[in-house]
Formats: sequence, structure tokens, C-alpha cells
Amino acid sequence: MKLLEINNLKKSFDNLDVLHDISLSVEEGQVVAIIGPSGSGKSTLLRCATMLETMDSGELTYVGESAVTNNEAGKAVYADSKQLKKIQGYFGLVFQNFNLFPHYSVMKNITDAPIHIQKRDKKEVYAQARELLKKMGLEDKEDYYPCQLSGGQQQRVAIARALALNPSILFFDEPTSALDPELTGEILKVIRQLAEEKMTMVIVTHEMTFARDVADHVIFMDGGYIIEEGNPKDVIEHPKEERTRQFLARFAAK
Amino acid sequence: MSLAAILQQLATGMLATISIFVLTLFFSMPLGLLVAFGRMAKFKPLQYLMKFYISIMRGTPLMLQLMVVYYGPYYIFHIKLPAGYQFTATIIGFAINYAAYFAEIYRSGIQSIPVGQYEAAKVLGYSKVQTFGKIIFPQMVKRVLPSVTNEVITLVKDTSLAFVLAYAEMFTLAKQIAASQTSIVPLFIAGLFYYIFNLIVAGVMGYIEKRLDYYK
Repeated sequence: MKLLEINNLKKSFDNLDVLHDISLSVEEGQVVAIIGPSGSGKSTLLRCATMLETMDSGELTYVGESAVTNNEAGKAVYADSKQLKKIQGYFGLVFQNFNLFPHYSVMKNITDAPIHIQKRDKKEVYAQARELLKKMGLEDKEDYYPCQLSGGQQQRVAIARALALNPSILFFDEPTSALDPELTGEILKVIRQLAEEKMTMVIVTHEMTFARDVADHVIFMDGGYIIEEGNPKDVIEHPKEERTRQFLARFAAK
Repeated sequence: MSLAAILQQLATGMLATISIFVLTLFFSMPLGLLVAFGRMAKFKPLQYLMKFYISIMRGTPLMLQLMVVYYGPYYIFHIKLPAGYQFTATIIGFAINYAAYFAEIYRSGIQSIPVGQYEAAKVLGYSKVQTFGKIIFPQMVKRVLPSVTNEVITLVKDTSLAFVLAYAEMFTLAKQIAASQTSIVPLFIAGLFYYIFNLIVAGVMGYIEKRLDYYK
């Protein structure tokens, strides 16, 4: 089943075309990694998919429901707010800078939205939150505040916060870029574990080894285009396109 | 006149000063938030109107504003106002003046909240109102507290400006008694009163700041 489908997405900022005609789809249980140099448009793609940016043109569909369609003039038309609110519930997003709420404890960060937005039972939400914290190796941190945690711990809380809303698909926007190598490992381990549990994920990352090992599908972007995509082994180890080779060579040299 | 008699006369003034102080904060703090919203509105005419309002309130003397509020209705519209209007005019004058200052403080606080907080809230499904009420406002309060404390301390001293409307607050009375008794003592007592008042204000605000120290 297709959980996410993006067709012919176009986006520009002040006449600068950031995304040209991007199409991609994500199947249930699939892990998609998006790689590419800075400014290639991969974060913008993620932000358009999560509706933090509005797309200029194209179609966006979650679980068969339309969030954005094209009108006759080829301009993007967003669904009504009720529909968008429903679709918002299909996905979660983990940010590069965590964006935890500093004035809420770890527990409240995770439980506030399920209780007050999804109107779920408090007891059930707390039980789920404790389970998630245990999974993240943070079972003793529920009363802590974000400022008392390391970056890696904060990011794991952010992942738990996103998962607590039971999204069908989880996006990661460079989840380890703000972390040092040691803490990066913590986060990659958690994402790997989620992949094993068949969580559907789209991950923008600079971790090539991780992308190769965990993703089912790799997309290489540059200059607002998808240059190459496919099986991670093919794309990362035997890239066909010259541009992909150049990009990956820089990583290999490090 | 004995010290006790002076104190007794000043006591009513102290109460008047305290009520100006409390009522001004009561009205100007929420009003300031509304002005801040208007100032940040995408709707340009409202934004410019609030900018203009703030610039007038900050750019002209409070004493003059008090006089305009008090004498304006009669001189401009020939409206006869009731005898108690002095107090109402004082509160209106102070509230609209302080609202402008609070508005700018709130605005700086709101705009200092990282955009990531809004984005996280949006992705988690919070509405705009929920995002402001639950996520932005509490963090804003913490950030603006030191500047608010400054304003509140200034307000304690500014209440003495009500003397231009001959409203019988602390300072007006102290001045009258000092003149009639040819004594400096009432003025010293007034000074001591303002000082202690502000010590309490600083103490209370410091306590609130400490209470909000549990996060960064």
C-alpha cells in the first residue's frame, strides 16, 4: 500500500527554483533515504511533504487521501483545513534541532499532543509513553527537562514524541547533524530498530553507511533534481551518474 | 504636626498609589498583548496603526498624556465629566501608556522564540491558538520577565505623576503636607514608601523568575 505519493512537485523561493518536478512514492514498511549535498533541495522536499512549506505545483497524497492537487493552471491547491488536519495525523517529523518544548518535562513533551490534540485516554497515553521511553533507553528520564539531557537523549525524546501520535509514516530531517559522532550512533541505532519493526520512514541524511545499510530505497538529489535513485547498494556502491559518483567520492575520502 | 498625624494623612495616599499601580497593571498587561498582536499582524493597516500608537505613547511625556486624557473630553468635545473622573483618567492614561511599553516587550519576547517551536507544534497538530497558549506564551513570559520587572518598578515611581490631575495619591499629599507644615519629613516618608514598595516588587519578581528557572 502506498502511504505517500508526491507527483511533479515544484517549489521556488523568490524565482530561485529549489525543486524541479520531483516525484516519489513510499510504500508501507519502506525506508527511504534521501542523500545529496547541501542546497540540493532535500530538506525543502521534506518540508513540502510535511506541509511546513507550501508547494507551488504538484500533488501530495497520504494513504490515498489528497492533501494537494493541481488545478487546471498547474497551481497547487490545498485541501480544506479539516482534511489537512486529518492528513497531518498520518505523519510525524523529527527535526535536526530536536525542537522539544523546553518548558515541558520529557513526559509532557511526549503526552501533551496525544492527550489534548488526539483526545486520547490519559492512562493509555502515559503507558504508551513509558513504553516508548523504555525503548529509547530513557525510562529514568520522564521527569527531566530537555535542558538536562544530552543532544542524543533529546533527539530520542523527540522520536518518542513523534511516535506517540502513532503516525503511519515518520520523516527525519538530518536527525544526527546536530550531534557529535558518539551521539549519532545512539540515534542511528534507534532508527535501525524502528526499521526492523517495519516502521515506514523517510530519512534525509548525510550518513552514507547508515543509508546503505538501513534504507530499502535511496534517492540522490542535487540542484533540485532527483539525479539517481534505486536500491541502496546500486546507488551508493555502484552509482551510474557522474554527479552521484563525485558526491560519494567526497564521503569516501573522509 | 506629629509624625503619627503625617503618617495618618499619607496613609490614604498610599492606598491611592497602590490602587493606581494595581489597576494600571491589571489593564495594561493584557492590553499590551493585544497591541503586540496588532503590531505583528499581517494586515498592514492594523500593523501601522499600532506602530503609530506605540510611537506616540513612547514619544510624548506621560504627564502630557494624562492631561490630554483628563482635559481632552471637555476641551475637545465639551463633555462634562463627573467629579470622580480624575481617578478614571489617571488609570486610562497610565494603562494606555504602559500597554505600549509592554507591547514592545512582549513582541521582542515572542519574536525571540525559535521558529522550530512553531514548526514542531504544527507537525504535532496543535492549532494556532493552542500553539500560542501552550508553547509560545509560557516561554515568552520567562524571557520578558526581567524587562517587565523594569517597567513595573518604573510604574511605582510614575504613579506620582498623577499629581498633575490633583489626584490625592501619595506624592500629591506629601507635597501638600510638606508645604503646609514647612517640613521636609513628609517628602522623606514618601521617598521611603516608594523605596520599600519597589523592594517588594523586585522581591516578588525575583521570586517568579526563580520559579521559572527550572528550564532554559
